[in-house]
Amino acid sequence: MMSEFTLQLAVQNLLARYVEAIDEDHLETWPAFFSDPCCYRVVSVDNHERGLPIALIHADSRGMLEDRVAALRKASVYEDQRYRHVLGCSLVKRIDARTVSAATSFLVVRVVRAGESSLFASGRYLDRIRYGTDCGDPSFEEKLVVLDSRRVDTLLAIPI
Amino acid sequence: MSATMGEVEDKAVDAAHAWPAEGLTRVPYWVYQDSGIYVREQSRIFRGPTWNFLCLESELRGPGDFKTSFVGEMPVVVTRDEHGELAAFENRCAHRGALLCLKERGNAKEIACVYHNWTYDLKGNLTAVAFRRGVRGKGGMPANVRPEAHAPRKLRVASFAGLVFGTLSAEAPPITDYLGPEIDARIRRVMKAPSRVLGVYSQMLHNNWKLYAENVRDTYHASLLHLFYTTFRISRLTQEGGVFLDSSGGNHVVEVHADPGTRDLEYERAGLRAATSDFRLADPSVIAGRDEFGDGIAIRILTVFPGFVMQQVQNSLAVRQIIPRGVEETELVWTYFGFADDDEATLRARIKQSNLVGPAGYVSMDDGAAVNFVQRGIAAAAEESSVVEMGGAAVASSRNTRATETSVRGFWQAYRRLMDL
Repeated sequence: MMSEFTLQLAVQNLLARYVEAIDEDHLETWPAFFSDPCCYRVVSVDNHERGLPIALIHADSRGMLEDRVAALRKASVYEDQRYRHVLGCSLVKRIDARTVSAATSFLVVRVVRAGESSLFASGRYLDRIRYGTDCGDPSFEEKLVVLDSRRVDTLLAIPI
Repeated sequence: MSATMGEVEDKAVDAAHAWPAEGLTRVPYWVYQDSGIYVREQSRIFRGPTWNFLCLESELRGPGDFKTSFVGEMPVVVTRDEHGELAAFENRCAHRGALLCLKERGNAKEIACVYHNWTYDLKGNLTAVAFRRGVRGKGGMPANVRPEAHAPRKLRVASFAGLVFGTLSAEAPPITDYLGPEIDARIRRVMKAPSRVLGVYSQMLHNNWKLYAENVRDTYHASLLHLFYTTFRISRLTQEGGVFLDSSGGNHVVEVHADPGTRDLEYERAGLRAATSDFRLADPSVIAGRDEFGDGIAIRILTVFPGFVMQQVQNSLAVRQIIPRGVEETELVWTYFGFADDDEATLRARIKQSNLVGPAGYVSMDDGAAVNFVQRGIAAAAEESSVVEMGGAAVASSRNTRATETSVRGFWQAYRRLMDL
């Protein structure tokens, strides 16, 4: 079993690689951060606290995540844009020998067409992370993206 | 008698702008840019003889429940009083004009303004003025002052098939007359049981509210802009379906039947962008659902003038409220719903299919982009106008094609009548 220290670093490394895949536009690698089946949901904090089940984005398989990326690349109409995620320190808790939960604050700055850098989203990742044997290959069994606001500026194209 | 400020402004609007002679087939771009037009819309349309969607009736379950909403820019409180009756009034204190209700929803016996504790009953009647007669005989308000005369304005409220509408106008016709039989019947068909809210999101659009009101009525764009639809053959113009308008033109419904699965040669012949993709879903469960209304209709988009939209995209149900937030700012509030008696499988389908709609939806995020492109494209073209001639010049239901802009013209017919433009 990993020490608390190693576990903390391992979680933060996973999250750092996750947001890098998004921010550096390596979206094709994004689904592989998840288990299959998985649960990826983008919700607002008020919907979450009221227990309302509809999400802005809901995916329960890696295939659905791949479809999101394919739609962004081939179907959806939106202006060129990129994100910059800034993450807070993760609060990590062990669930069992191979599963941990992590709560991590984030800010997402969005730049549309190389224009203004503006704060697009703030919130928390509530993650359940599963490790493989020998504590290798961590993946998100569940990633709940809880946005502090329910209001989206123009559209939400790239995943958070 | 001298003219009021409003009359002066109205004259300035009329002097500056004349609608193009072609009539409903042209929309001048100043109509999306002019602050005088925006002010006139607030009084003649939103506070005029129109029925404005306020909330779902299921959001006010028991006595004392309240919900805040908007009629145009006007903040509104909707309540269910102690007798179970619905009421709505302006969210503005009679005293200094502060918001009365700060929470989006809640339950209360009375509503007190936080500023000076003036108190109202659930119908918006002013019931108490703090220290009205002063303190120990000093101060207070003179006996002849009637603060009730400044009370927040009360709306007439109509609940129709579980949708709550409100109007400030005594002239608005009964709600069923306002909707017209085509719209009335289709709202009833969708609202088949008591509703249940499943999620609330909103989207800030940096464009005039009418660009979205047109977009949602524009049956011509759906399978050209929304590539996701086309690729998966959820909507093609060659599929069966139709557009139905009420007699004012302001309310519409478009219906698209489920695709029989035929190849669509019309698109391929025309070489349109929408026909060029061949990608397939890795997980098609996102569009799996069932014909819960028993009429084979996969997509049903319905509007009620000025700012209400009801959407059935397969099993994803939502009402959308278009709230103007300035000449070039619009908030679109999405309230997703199901029914109190939904089984697990139906609820799961609503959750999955809601990936199609909303601010991140496969077939609706494109709209947020497109309407914004218009606002920016017309920046220096106030005196130019758009061409709305698909399907000719008529404002009429169209059973045989959706390659028409008839319901866009219908919107302008209703709009111009109220705006006197």
